[in-house]
Amino acid sequence: MADAKKWPESWQEVNRGCVVFRPGSAGEYHTGSWRAQRPVWDNAKCIKCGLCYIVCPEGCISEGEDGFFSANLDYCKGCGICPHECWPRAIKMVEEG
Amino acid sequence: MIEIRWHGRGGQGAVTSVELLALAAIEEGKYAQGFPSFGPERRGAPVAAFNRVDDKQIKVRSGIYHPDVVIVLDEGLVGLVNVAEGLKPDGILIISTSKTRADVQKALSYKGRLGIVHGLAIARQELGVAIVNTTILGALIKATNVVKLESMVVPIENRFGRLAQKNLTAMKRAYNEVEIN
Amino acid sequence: MSKRIGMEVAVAAAEAAALCRFDVAAVYPITPQSHIAEHLSDIVADGRIDAEFITVESEHSAMSCAMGAAATGARVVTATSSQGLMYMHEVLPIASAMRLPIVMAIANRAVSGPLNILNDHSDIMPQRDSGWISIFAENGQEVVDMMIQAFKIAEHRDVQLPVNVNIDGFQLTHMVEPMEMPDQAEVDKFLPPLVPYATLHPDRPVSMGTFAMNDVYTEVLKAKDQALINSKKVILQVWKEWEKLFGRKYAPIVGYKTEDAEILMLTMGSMGETAEIAVDELRARGVSVGLLKMKLWRPFPFDELRKAVRGTKTLIVMDRAVSFGGPGGPVAGEVRSALYDQRSRPAIVNEIIGLGGRDMMVEHFIDIVERATRTGEKKKKSAYEFYGVREA
Repeated sequence: MADAKKWPESWQEVNRGCVVFRPGSAGEYHTGSWRAQRPVWDNAKCIKCGLCYIVCPEGCISEGEDGFFSANLDYCKGCGICPHECWPRAIKMVEEG
Repeated sequence: MIEIRWHGRGGQGAVTSVELLALAAIEEGKYAQGFPSFGPERRGAPVAAFNRVDDKQIKVRSGIYHPDVVIVLDEGLVGLVNVAEGLKPDGILIISTSKTRADVQKALSYKGRLGIVHGLAIARQELGVAIVNTTILGALIKATNVVKLESMVVPIENRFGRLAQKNLTAMKRAYNEVEIN
Repeated sequence: MSKRIGMEVAVAAAEAAALCRFDVAAVYPITPQSHIAEHLSDIVADGRIDAEFITVESEHSAMSCAMGAAATGARVVTATSSQGLMYMHEVLPIASAMRLPIVMAIANRAVSGPLNILNDHSDIMPQRDSGWISIFAENGQEVVDMMIQAFKIAEHRDVQLPVNVNIDGFQLTHMVEPMEMPDQAEVDKFLPPLVPYATLHPDRPVSMGTFAMNDVYTEVLKAKDQALINSKKVILQVWKEWEKLFGRKYAPIVGYKTEDAEILMLTMGSMGETAEIAVDELRARGVSVGLLKMKLWRPFPFDELRKAVRGTKTLIVMDRAVSFGGPGGPVAGEVRSALYDQRSRPAIVNEIIGLGGRDMMVEHFIDIVERATRTGEKKKKSAYEFYGVREA
């Protein structure tokens, strides 16, 4: 399929079955712009349990080489679930802007 | 009929404001509509919410494309969302901001009527939280007289209970402090 | 005394059900019905009425539980939308076959493929054959009134059929607007306690939800068809009583500025109010146009439709659903069928609009009427059109 279609499409141009042929194209939508707050890790308290990585509904928290965690701010919507679940209380939500 | 569009983020209370305003207008014997932008609700995402107020029955049920008033609860949305889109030429844009009038006009490329109110400062002082939705109602009422200030009392009391007084104080401050040109 | 209040229409629908003192609510949440489900559960949790709220795990279970409860003689309410209604589809005809007076609020929403949570009528249309009474509300006031009327209609001893009240999702459910809310005393006077035809009770055992071979199935279905047809008498009676008590008039088809109209639009649901504005503007320009608002869908109001279109040249039927590969819009298909045998009948134009929440504005209705005046039916390529669709 052509990789850049004009939008919005006419009825003749809509992909049959609404199949999306460009895998991972949802990644282009940087939902991080929705954020009003973002999570900040205090690695002195972090015990590297990985719970934040598991519970993040966006799947945007990842483990760094040092074993500590951080959120990909392109996608983090600031929902606040990671500090809520972090039982050593190593994560704090900080206001944007 | 007056048509109003509110811009905020999910969780900032734009939909609550819209409801409170509709209830106040209905209390006065007027007709009103208050509705959110239709779609999935997501905390943090930019949302729009809408009001129509009129002295006679409102039959139109389509969306609002040419509002008389635009209200911006979160100045961070400027640049992200074209908040002034469709605003009538003689309409007014009311924004909660700590910037100057000149800065706002430049940021928005907007030359129309502007209402500036330091919503965050007022809300933090009177309510202790950074939620400006009830505060801004005061600015809206000052700019448009869409309802009487006193008509907000009952809806706010019903909604906020023991926190109502603080919300009313914040609203009255915005009513007095908004700068309108 | 009724009180003029402002309220979100979905919440008002639940409040109206509470005024009817329902015994059981079995509901599963789905956008845009969710505020109805949430508020029904609040009402029960707060002990405002003596009722049970069954937290079912799906809509199929919601309807099944509703049926079980109704079969014991409980007054039952439920609500759903779109895929939820599609999930209930399997049991809907059984609810009507068992003659259970369940009331269901449907927050009309587009049916999936692709997924869409916004308003259209594609969820209710596939349920046409299910044997339920179906009414359509145009605004918040009608939602409140129809929810209460629905219980009385459903439970009437000459009806005993389930009723669905159709409420445009988001367009109505999420709208805060003014309405007159009747008070408890008024509703208690209007709606007597439920006297079921048959109930499951250990002291008086009966079988319900039974089996029928081909030697009697046809007769059973004819009886059900007649029940639907005969229910119209009761519906009109209830509406007359409502007008006497509350001053608000209801009819299977309500006309707006239809006198001597050469063109008539036909709508269902809230789009009718917007269409009225279009009629006003067109009439001011000298266009002879009027509007028919259909409030009763099942049983289909054949007599009222035939009477309403007498003398008009063109009838524009607005559908908000499509019967793929078929006659276009379901409403237009049924209207054509209803008028086929009439000696004189209008040309029928079928516009499919407002799909998946696409906005229907005053100018769209004006444009539709103006186009209908320019092209006659014979010149049309197709019996129906997707209004405003983008062509390549």
